[in-house]
Amino acid sequence: MSEGRLYLDGVSVVFDGFRALNNLSLIVEPGELRAIIGPNGAGKTTMMDIITGKTRPTAGTVTFGARDLTKMDEASIANLGIGRKFQKPTVFDALTVFENLELALKAPRDPWSCLRWTLSGEARRRIEATLEEIGLSDRAQDRAAILSHGQRQWLEIGMLLMQEPQLLLVDEPVAGMTDQETEHTAALLRRIAGTRSVVVVEHDLEFVRALGEKVTVLCEGSVLSEGSIDHVQNDPRVIEVYLGR
Amino acid sequence: MSASLSIQNRLRLGQGALLRGLLLLGLAALALLPVLNRLPPDSALYVSDFVVSVSGKWVCYAILALAIDLAWGYAGILSLGHGAFFALGGYAIGMHLMRLIGPRGVYGHPVLPDFMVFLGWTELPWYWQGFQFFPFALLMALVVPGLLAGVVGYLAFRSRITGVYLSIITQAMTYALMLAFFRNDMGFGGNNGFTDFKELLGMPLNTPGARAALFYAALVALGGSLLLCRHITRSKLGRVLLAVRDAESRVRFLGYDTTRVKLSVFVLSAMLAGLAGALYVPLIGIINPGEFSPGNSIEAVVWVAVGGRGTLAGALVGAFSVNAIKTWLTSFAPDLWLFVLGGLFVAVTLFLPRGLVGLLQKGDGR
Amino acid sequence: MLRVLLVLLVLAVPARAQDAFTTALAGLSGNFTAQAEAVERLGALGDPRALPILQALGEGRLLKRADGVLLLRQGEALREALSGGASTEAGEVLRINNRVRGALRGAFGRLQLLSPVEAERLAAADGLFRSRSAENVAMLEDALGREASARVRPVMELALAASRLAAGEDSAKRQGIILLGGSSSPEARAVLLEARAANAGLAAEIDQAVAAIDRRLQLKRAAETAFQGLSLGSILLLAALGLAVTFGVMGVINMAHGEMVMLGAYTTVVVQEALRGIPALAPLSLPLSVPAAFLVTAAVGVALERGLIRHLYGRPLETLLMTFGVGMILQQSVRLIFGAQNREVVSPAWMQGTLQLPGGIEVTQNRLWIIFFSLVVLGLTVAAIRFTRFGLEMRAVVQNRRIAATMGIRTGRVDAMTFAFGSGIAGIAGVAVSQIDNVSPNLGTGYIIDSFMVVVFGGVGSLAGTMIGALTLGIVNKMLEPWAGAVLAKIAVLVGIMLFIQRRPKGLFALKGRAAEQ
Repeated sequence: MSEGRLYLDGVSVVFDGFRALNNLSLIVEPGELRAIIGPNGAGKTTMMDIITGKTRPTAGTVTFGARDLTKMDEASIANLGIGRKFQKPTVFDALTVFENLELALKAPRDPWSCLRWTLSGEARRRIEATLEEIGLSDRAQDRAAILSHGQRQWLEIGMLLMQEPQLLLVDEPVAGMTDQETEHTAALLRRIAGTRSVVVVEHDLEFVRALGEKVTVLCEGSVLSEGSIDHVQNDPRVIEVYLGR
Repeated sequence: MSASLSIQNRLRLGQGALLRGLLLLGLAALALLPVLNRLPPDSALYVSDFVVSVSGKWVCYAILALAIDLAWGYAGILSLGHGAFFALGGYAIGMHLMRLIGPRGVYGHPVLPDFMVFLGWTELPWYWQGFQFFPFALLMALVVPGLLAGVVGYLAFRSRITGVYLSIITQAMTYALMLAFFRNDMGFGGNNGFTDFKELLGMPLNTPGARAALFYAALVALGGSLLLCRHITRSKLGRVLLAVRDAESRVRFLGYDTTRVKLSVFVLSAMLAGLAGALYVPLIGIINPGEFSPGNSIEAVVWVAVGGRGTLAGALVGAFSVNAIKTWLTSFAPDLWLFVLGGLFVAVTLFLPRGLVGLLQKGDGR
Repeated sequence: MLRVLLVLLVLAVPARAQDAFTTALAGLSGNFTAQAEAVERLGALGDPRALPILQALGEGRLLKRADGVLLLRQGEALREALSGGASTEAGEVLRINNRVRGALRGAFGRLQLLSPVEAERLAAADGLFRSRSAENVAMLEDALGREASARVRPVMELALAASRLAAGEDSAKRQGIILLGGSSSPEARAVLLEARAANAGLAAEIDQAVAAIDRRLQLKRAAETAFQGLSLGSILLLAALGLAVTFGVMGVINMAHGEMVMLGAYTTVVVQEALRGIPALAPLSLPLSVPAAFLVTAAVGVALERGLIRHLYGRPLETLLMTFGVGMILQQSVRLIFGAQNREVVSPAWMQGTLQLPGGIEVTQNRLWIIFFSLVVLGLTVAAIRFTRFGLEMRAVVQNRRIAATMGIRTGRVDAMTFAFGSGIAGIAGVAVSQIDNVSPNLGTGYIIDSFMVVVFGGVGSLAGTMIGALTLGIVNKMLEPWAGAVLAKIAVLVGIMLFIQRRPKGLFALKGRAAEQ
């Protein structure tokens, strides 16, 4: 029942007296696609940091399935099946597109296994399938450094897919993208969800509308409103603090 | 577009093959030196003892450079303390060589080395036990640097000490060891260290035969180290290292335990440095605490920078070329050498970030 | 009338004394009994002229000429003992026996105790303290009555107390014990412990006195350790302060920082030598070196930042290597210009000597000045950053370079000025270092690692952290030294810092929150 369910309850984070998160509670069910919006400083990125183990909460519970995430480090959380895409795309410039995906491919992660790793036909097929999915098949042997901004974003999403995560955290995937790229990304994310949970943090309301799923509005570190895009857009509190009209 | 890229790729491969060929040629030429040393001195191809022992020294330096390159060029760990691992390896073999002197020392004590007799010690300290056996000493030359790197690396990587902080810590490490080894009561000969070695593996040192044997041992070790490093850097582990170097936190979010990855490479690199030191000491015939001086470590880093970090060929090219300049220059203008070395630091970082090898390999920016 | 009498009296006293002196002197050429009496009388008279004569007698260099005049032999020369005039005619050597020798020893002690030379009185009192014989009590009491020097008096008192402890009556011994117990000298403690075995009846008093000395000694040791630690800490502070600006504030890692300190020290040498010929300015050479060193190293700093470091911003490892190379070049240049050997820097008179604090604590003046100086430099640095326009611009650039630039701040200029400022402080540190350390081309290498440790330990970017870090490291180092030795103490401190940054990777005064994430 609780398998793959993300559960945050009463989470607070305090930096030097500043409350980045204030008694935040949130549940994301398996297979759910959830969009999170909110003004700057609402705590969206901090929330992701908490889930992925980059920051420790001052108070509160964070669990994924039956596991307590507050007691694990980044690598173990990632191995648990939680993948994260950063706001600023970070792919490995020194490696080719193919090699980037190969690193992300689910496989034993310890140094010895990495040393003895050989690429099986099955692994190659999976990488090629993902290359197809993110539309980078013809760039497989190019170094990531020479990709365009949108291609880097897709490569990063592709790397997340290779990890076969149960939960995907995606931070502002369409920032700086052209309209066409944005549309492509929305389709990509919709396709990914269903088999796994996806949490998308985004500023772009059009993009959130295109996703067409449940929306959570964060403000000053806690949940302000939750529901469909139409619901939150008509919520007077949201209009006041976020939409500003 | 993709066609032009593949041409570039092919060019890149061509340059790689050229480099590899040159490298093999160089190593083969080195292997000939002890043979040419046996020619009559009036022969045109005759090579002096000095050249053989100096190039043997460079071969050891090249192993040290490989070790530094593996940690710095691939994993982004700039250690300013690799000289300490080198020296520890040297001291381990030095202890073996001291024990082999036996009653041939100045004081004629059957077991104790001269400096211990001089200090009025009557018993061998516990940590000198076992060093009468060559395999044990050789093992220690690898294990001790590896252990030290393991402890320092574990403490540093675990608390995410990276970049210049790590460099400073490793520099402090070698500095502290230098101070410690200067002390007489450490039991490592204090200021003077170890010297006056007599034999190794039943072979009297300071003979042309011994020199050639040690030279070949170093050359074989260099070849082995090169193959080992090549195997690592071409494996997926090598790609993980590059990823750690460029974006460590991203690698962590991919589920890799970067602390373990870095620690393994750092320990292995320290062991290679220890091996280099162990080969160096019998060739040179002396080891003293000066080998721990922070300047030595950072000089070795410059070999790698000059040659081109992140490429194994670069480490070798750098170690040989910088040391060649040093040997040549210090013989006729010793005052000038420090200017040149300092200038190399400046020039390479400002104008040649990918080193000499980078000049050849235009296409690949790894 | 009265006046005339007084004058006569004054004239008469030395005349009579001389008479007694001459008479006593004559006794030296008599038999052994007469000799011994004469020696004792000369000792009792306390005339300093007797000392060389008695010394000559003791060493067999006193001769009697045929006409009865006493001669002193010094090397080959012969002089008349009283007049000091040279004598061509020799005489027979006066011989002595053990009784005379005994009398001589007493007389020496007494004569030296009354000598006009302070150092001789001090040595004599010290000698009597060591011999601690009950016979010296009267002599010491007498000498103490005449003694005015504050340096000699406590030593004499100790000698008297020790002598009393050797006396017969318990009351005198008690007095001695109380006096010794009031001192803070390890020798007094040793005397008391030695006397304990022989005076079982006084054991309680003696134990009390020893405990009192121990307390005072402990306090003294603690105070001296604290001072030495503070002194070392202030040197570390000076050396690290510039680094706290360039590395801590700007994030530029400058391995040539130690060479900046070295250049400051050499500037002091140059200023001193330039002013040597100008008597009016020579005493001011050290104060004048401070601005000179600041300007020289700041200029080198600007050249380094604008010419080289600027091109490597954002690449800390390359900066580290490059500046190390610059440090080598600077070192080698100085070595070629000034030579490899140490250069002498003379401390001005007001910095020399030691200061005696209550409780026998001694502090050297120059170290006291350096502690004071380091605090002044720290104060000025903080003030420059807090209260000047330059400081404001510097903080703005550090916090947000782009926005600072849009506000019209020329960020390049601020970088250069900040680097110059940090380098200048290093130069000032060099002036201080020249007072306590050898000025040699590799002076800087010893400071660079320590300085980085201070900055890392204190917390990068925090001047308060740098100060507390420097003083803590200095004091801890000196506290460890007595039982670990200087080298092991240094190693222990290095290892300690490595373990410390396990717990607090950002140092003592860490920046927290979002700003620290970058």
